[in-house]
Order: sequence, then C-alpha cells, then structure tokens
Amino acid sequence: MSDVANTHVVLNAEGPQLSTQLSRRAALKRGIFGALALYLGRSGVLPRHAWAFDPTLPATKPAKAKAVIQIWMWGGPPHLDTFDPKPEAGSDYCGPFTSPIATNVSGIRINELLTELAKIADKYSLIRSMTHGVNAHETASYLVQTGRMPGDRIVYPAVGAVVAYFKGQPPEYEGLIPPYIVLTEPQGRFSEAGFLGPRFKPFATGGDPARTPFTVEGIVTPGVTVARQKSRRELLQNLDLLRQVMGDDPQIQEIKQAEEQAYDLILGTSGKAFDPSEEPQEVREKYGTTTFGQSCLVARRLVERGVRYITINYKGWDTHKENFVVMRRKLPEFDRGLASLIQDLADRGLLDSTIVWCCGEFGRTPKIAWEAPWNGGRHHYGPAFSALVAGGGFKGGHVVGATDRTGSEVKDRPVHPTDLIASMYELLGIDPGTTIRHPQGYMVRLIPEPENGATSGGLLREIM
Amino acid sequence: MRNPVPIGFLLAALTVTATFAAIPPEPVEPFDSNQEFSVRNRIDELLAARWKEQGITPALICSDAVFLRRVYLDLIGTLPTESEARKFLEDRDPRKRERLIDELLNRPEYADYWTMRWGDVLRIKAEFPINLWPNAVQAYNRWLYSSLARNKPYDQFVRELLTSSGSNFRVGPVNFYRATQDRNPKGIAQVVAITFMGVRADQWPREKLEGMAAFFSQISFKPTMEWKEEIVSWDPYAGSAATQQAPPREAVFPDGVKIQLPADRDPRQVFADWLISPKNPWFAKNAVNRIWYWLFGRGIIHEPDDIRDDNPAVAPEVLSYLESELVRSGWDLKHIYRLICNSATYQLSCISRSQNPQASIYFAYYPMRRLDAEVLIDAICQITGTSEEYWSMVPEPYTIIPQGERAIRLGDASITSAFLELFGRPPRDVGLVSERTNRMTASQRLHLLNSSHTLRKIEEGPGLEWARTSYANPRQTVTRLYLTILSRYPTEKEWEILKQTTAKSSRLSREMVVDLVWALMNSTEFLYRH
Repeated sequence: MSDVANTHVVLNAEGPQLSTQLSRRAALKRGIFGALALYLGRSGVLPRHAWAFDPTLPATKPAKAKAVIQIWMWGGPPHLDTFDPKPEAGSDYCGPFTSPIATNVSGIRINELLTELAKIADKYSLIRSMTHGVNAHETASYLVQTGRMPGDRIVYPAVGAVVAYFKGQPPEYEGLIPPYIVLTEPQGRFSEAGFLGPRFKPFATGGDPARTPFTVEGIVTPGVTVARQKSRRELLQNLDLLRQVMGDDPQIQEIKQAEEQAYDLILGTSGKAFDPSEEPQEVREKYGTTTFGQSCLVARRLVERGVRYITINYKGWDTHKENFVVMRRKLPEFDRGLASLIQDLADRGLLDSTIVWCCGEFGRTPKIAWEAPWNGGRHHYGPAFSALVAGGGFKGGHVVGATDRTGSEVKDRPVHPTDLIASMYELLGIDPGTTIRHPQGYMVRLIPEPENGATSGGLLREIM
Repeated sequence: MRNPVPIGFLLAALTVTATFAAIPPEPVEPFDSNQEFSVRNRIDELLAARWKEQGITPALICSDAVFLRRVYLDLIGTLPTESEARKFLEDRDPRKRERLIDELLNRPEYADYWTMRWGDVLRIKAEFPINLWPNAVQAYNRWLYSSLARNKPYDQFVRELLTSSGSNFRVGPVNFYRATQDRNPKGIAQVVAITFMGVRADQWPREKLEGMAAFFSQISFKPTMEWKEEIVSWDPYAGSAATQQAPPREAVFPDGVKIQLPADRDPRQVFADWLISPKNPWFAKNAVNRIWYWLFGRGIIHEPDDIRDDNPAVAPEVLSYLESELVRSGWDLKHIYRLICNSATYQLSCISRSQNPQASIYFAYYPMRRLDAEVLIDAICQITGTSEEYWSMVPEPYTIIPQGERAIRLGDASITSAFLELFGRPPRDVGLVSERTNRMTASQRLHLLNSSHTLRKIEEGPGLEWARTSYANPRQTVTRLYLTILSRYPTEKEWEILKQTTAKSSRLSREMVVDLVWALMNSTEFLYRH
C-alpha cells in the first residue's frame, strides 16, 4: 500500500487532529503536496470538500511499474514521418522520406532519421493504430491525457495527476521532490489536475536543462548565495509577527510546512536531482546537449530519486508549414534523446519499473499540403496516429495495430486513448475500474465504462 | 498598553471557558486594538447571542491598520498605497472606518473586483470546456462591470441574466445560457439553480429537475453569418426541432408548484418572476450568503452553493435579517456590504480569544485566508511598480491584454498566466466556489521565496528604486516600506530587530533593502488576509 493511501486511512479513521501528532519528517515524507492536506479538517474557513480525503481510496495492487516518463510531442507529430512510414504510398504522402530503415527487430521499419531508435526496437513497442478522430489541439490533448471527452461538467485529471494521487512519493525515499514534475513548461489547461485540484498539479521546472546552471524556477537562483538564502530566511522568521502569534492556526501550519519543503529543495540536497551537470560529460553528450536531450537525462535522474511521473513537454511538432524542414532538424535530436533515455534506463535496471510513453495529441494529415503557404506542411489529424511505449511491463519489439496504405485510417486493432491509459494504470497497480471521489461528493471512475459511450479496444494485453 | 479587562469578560472567562486554556488578555500589537467587542448593529446583536449561548469569547476589535488592509482587500481586491495607508492611519475622525467603507464602495476597483468574483460564479471563459468566445466574453464582462458599477438592483440584475435575448457579441447577459458545458434544458436548470439558489440540482429527483428544466426548453441558439456569433432567444419550437417531440406544456417550480406554460410568453420570464420575488425562499438567501462567504471565507450556510435542508445555517437569524435588508433596500447589494463591513463582527481581529473550536464557525474572529491569485499578483506588481504579461491562445480575434493590466480585471479564465494557474485561480468550469483554491502549496512557496519572477520584481522593479538607492535615512526608508507592503508603521520591536540584523551602521545598503522587501513580501501578514 502506498504511503499516500496510508495517510488517507489514518486520517479518516482517527480524524484530522491526529495529524498534528505526526512528526514533521513523517509528514514531509508524504511528498511535497501530500502533507499539506493534513490540516484541512481543522480549518473552518475552507470549503468542506476542497481537500477532503477519499475514505474509499483503495490500496494499489502489486505493480510492475513504479514510475512514468511521458514524452509529450506537443502539437502533434506526423505519424508518417516517425513510426508509421508509408514509402509505398507515393511522394504526396511520404514526401522526401522514401527509405525507412530497418530496426533490430525484423519487420519493424521507422523513419530513416531515427537511427538510434532503430538499434533498440526490441526495447519498445509501437502502437500504430491510435485513434480518436479529434483534430483540435485542446480537446485532443485533454482526451489523450485524461481518456475523456470534455463536456460532461466534470474536468478529469490527467494521467500524471492520477498517478501522483495514488502513488505519492515512495516512502523509502528521503528527499522531498514533488511526485509529478513537468520539464520544463506546463501545458497550462492541457495538463490540469482536473477535479483533483492544485495539490496534484505538476511542478513545472521552467528554465533550460541544456544551460548551466539549469535554473529550476524557485529552486536554483544563481544570483543568491547560500549564505544570503540563510540570512534571508532568518530575517523572515524574525519579522513574521503574524506567524509568531498565530502559531496554532491551520493556515500557519500549512505555510510553515510548505516553506520547510521549499527550503529542503532550495538549501537541501533534494534540489540536486534536477542538476544534469552532476552527470559525467560523456553521458550528457550521449543524450544530446539540446533542451530535449538534457530533459531526458534529468527525467532519468528524477526517476532514480523516486519521482513518480515526469512529463517532458516537447514543443515544435505543429508543422503546418514546411514539415520536412522541421523534421530534418528535429528528428535527430528526438532520436538521440529518447534512445539514450531508454538504453540508459535499461542499463541501470530501471526500464522494467519505468514506463516511457511518447506521443502527441494527434497525428498529422497523411496527404502533404505542398501548396503555399504550407510548402510541404501537414495539418492536424486525429483519425490515426502512433505512440511508442517502453518499459514498466510493456514488452518490446512489437507493433500493435496498423493503418491503411496511406496512413489515413486504422485498419487493424484500433487503440483509443483510454486503452493506453488503462493499460498504464494496470501496470502501475492502479485498477482502471476504480473510482475516486469528486469534490462534489460523487464517485468517478478512472476509466469510463464502455456502456457509457466510451469507445475502447480493450487493454493492450498483447504487449503487457 | 495594558488593557483593563472588563468584568463581563472575566465572568465569561470564569464561567464558560473554564475548560479551555487561558486566553491572552492583552491586545497583540500591531493586530489588535485595545477595544473589546461591543454591539454596533443588528448582525452583532444576533451573533453575540450565539456566542453567549456557545460560551465563545470574541476576538478584540482589529487595529486601524488591519482594518484598512482588510477592507481594501475584501471590498476592492486591492492593496492600499503608501499614501492611502498613511492618510487613514493618521486620520483622527472616530468615524473614519465607516467613511472608508463608503469610499471604497464607490471606487472603480469595486466593480473590477466584483466583476471577477461574479465572473467565477457565471463561468466567464472564452474557451474550453465553457466556450463563450472572446468577443462574447468582452460583451458579458462589459455588462457585468457596468451593472456592478451602477449598483443595479440585484433582482433586475438576475432578471436580465435570465430573460435577455439577442447576439452573444452585443447583448452581454445572453451569455449566461451559453456559459455551460451542456446546453440542454436540464443542464441549464442546474446552472440556474446553483447560481441563483445556491442549490445543487444534480442531486434532485429526476422529475423535479425535469419540471424546472421545462422553463428552459424553449431557448434557441442560432448561429449567424459572423463567425461564432449566436442569437439567443425564445423559440417555442427550439427544443422540438432537435427532439422531434412537442415542447413540454407543463413546468414545475423548485418549490413544487406546477403550472401550465402560457403559449404567448417566454417561459424564462415566468421562471424569473417566480425566482426574483421577495417571497422566494432561496433567492435573497443565496445572494446574502454568498456575500457573507466572500467577506468571511465561510458562508452562514456553507458551502454557499450547497444550500439544502440537511445543511443548516449556523445562524439562520443573521441570514434572515440580511435577506430582509436586501429586499427592504430595493435589492441594494452595496447596502449589504455596508452592513457587514460596519459590524463589529467583521472588524474583529484574527487572533482568537476563545479555545472553543466553534469560534471559527460562529465568526468570533476574522479568519486568515491566503490572498486570491489575482489579488496577490496585483499587490506584488503595485508594490514593485511592475506589470505582468497576459495573453490568450484563443485566436480570432487575439485577446490583446494592454500592458499593465491588473489581474482582477482580466475577466477571462482562458487567459494564460503561469502565476495565476499556480496560485489556484478558478478554471470557471462549473462555477462552484470550491473551484478557487487558496491553499498554500510548496510550489507556491518556492515561487514566492526564490523564483526569478519574484526576485526580479524585488531587485529591479522601478517602484522600489527609491528605496534601493536611499541609503541615508534608514528609519524613514523602513517606515515607508512597511506602509507600502504591510500598510502599517513598523513597531518598536520590529525596528529593534532590523537595527540588529541589518543596520549596525547608519546606512542601508541596496542589498539590505532588497532583503527587507523580500522578507516583508514573504511574511504571512502580506500573503494572507487577516
């Protein structure tokens, strides 16, 4: 049973007063967001449901996967130019990419620029039959990351928030790193914690890991020395009269706790998790000294320190114009970063317990828009797209589903966003059929039931 | 400044608080005044009776400085400036609090701030999952702002929201019906119930909801040639076109009374007539309870959008009194603000003098709450003389936010701002008060303590350049900074601390000023309403 689940049970059995008896360390170990909720019941000020624990939160099952790295190809990558090449469809479809390369798994071909990924196809599987049919960024982003269509008055949490909710921080890790981290920019409305609320929002690092130092917003401040951080903190403690007189107030307890956790990251060792410069230079170079490459490296460091869910928001895939110019620039850095990540996780024995999933909100139109102003562009395309999954219990070396001759329609084994999400939950030991409590009191299923209009092709049993 | 302890207090302490820990008899500087609670108006009278019954000792009346800051934040969502603070603190008029309340109610920021609050309830948002579209958001906000600025009588305000017809780009209030995730009659009925009755109709039996939904079964939403423009109007056949069924002829009011819908009248008007009547059991109650919630962070019925028989008011007599005042004043919302803010109850200090856990539920002290996201960033910008960049990714037309615009005036939850997201701005998806979350998280704390965003404002903000370069007179600089950031003078104790920690010499360095500003802006006193 996870630490967070323990907290819930304790709080509900004994009442929230108990929380004040827990040691600071014990409370801190619950994770950066989790501990803050301890005082909620004592506050007469706050809405009754806002932070209510869910007494029915089930224990998670034994799990193959402990952590997830999501590589979000923001904007929608072209499936034909990445994992679902169609050289036989002619140049109006494949453009200049006429010679996909073989991988180390016979029968699997990918784009010719993905040379590093081609060497390790036995470590990941490709889903070529992702489909939802939505061509709008926001709706599709929401759908792919929550498994739900918007519009039924409930705003659902994205996978990362659900994982943070169920798994929190592993109790064996001492550091105080948020359980759900975004490198580097948040998607804003796309990656909402939904009804789970801000406690389960991701911590977005800001900054750029390809620069030294990687200025993780709030944690690394080059202009301020450690000595000055300490003297400031002391000054604040001396001057904060209201905090001194209101010591028992739940709001004061809350800010104190938040502050201790913040300072653990600023002055303690936890913040080092974000620092790729602690890695040997050859490792850094292997991943590529790009923002994406170094984000992959930081993601690996975070997984090693018990972070449950990391999203790398990888921008620049919305290639309405000059798709092929962009691909020639982008695919090599993508290839290098992702392949190094998978290989490195495998070398360190972490791939078995870490899911890597990689896709965007949709694919891109198979037929190329050669005319101006697009000049070889591809537009949004929800009917068919690809995803890559690796590790955490997903088998490598397989292809799930297929599209037709031009990559326009799924012809075999459609996989809907809910199917992929439910499969990940299953591997994480979170029952996809479980329910969580909405702040308004009703219970909401993690994954919608097919009879409620949800389209599903079922769990990805063939690669689990 | 020892305070003579009145006999009444001693007796109360001896008789009813005997089981609780001792209460500090002395006022706490600089938050308490040395004034005991005494009844000033009917609200106080009614609540004092409750306290007596519960054995609760109320807090002391708050100091002038606390009152100043509190009433600015509560009524106009804005921090007093240094000169406003100085002027008020030095004013010797015994009626200065009352005068300040009147002054604030007439400031333009009053309408800005309450447009934001009502915008939360009305779910004003350009896109996703509420899809009003930017032009419609503008029209809606313009109507809302002018209604609040003119103090439009509340019954008329709601009637316009419920019965208007016309273009979503031109007639602001028609967007009420568009600001919902499901625009069918039942979805609309739920939104009407939550907004104007404080009732969650999704919990109702099916027939009850359908009975109310019938009033909203004849609304048509017709597109025009203009992109995203829609005409909202009464069309008796609006529903039947889609469902191939005759529109319902019968409707049921939420109080159970059935009526036949007249063929020649917009059923929205029939419903509005019923709703905005002084006799309606929900209408005035919901309004005054929401205002109470906004000012105290807790409704007399709590949560304010969960009014039902088994969620009773803690002091129903206070609600009834305010309801009758709202009706008697001709639905004058400012009258309600004035009554509450002038009460001794509202002016209690945040330092509780009762160990009775019921004290907070009975409003026997003012509850601390973290500043709202928008108010906090505006205050930081005001102090440092900086501004934020706001933008919206919703295209056509691009939402252009003028440089220096305040966050409380944004009016659209689709406008992108990492700060506002981080600090719990409500997404305006469903309009419940719980959508806004003001709980302090570690990420927020990191941001305020140590982000480049915050630090740059403190180190470089032009509004503080005078302080960073005024080395000569530390006492004066410190005083001005306290007035600017905390809206009060530093106490002698604070001055002693500062002399020891920063200014052994008689000059302040730039670094010392930056650190002092940083500390004050990170203090609980700054970050919380208190």
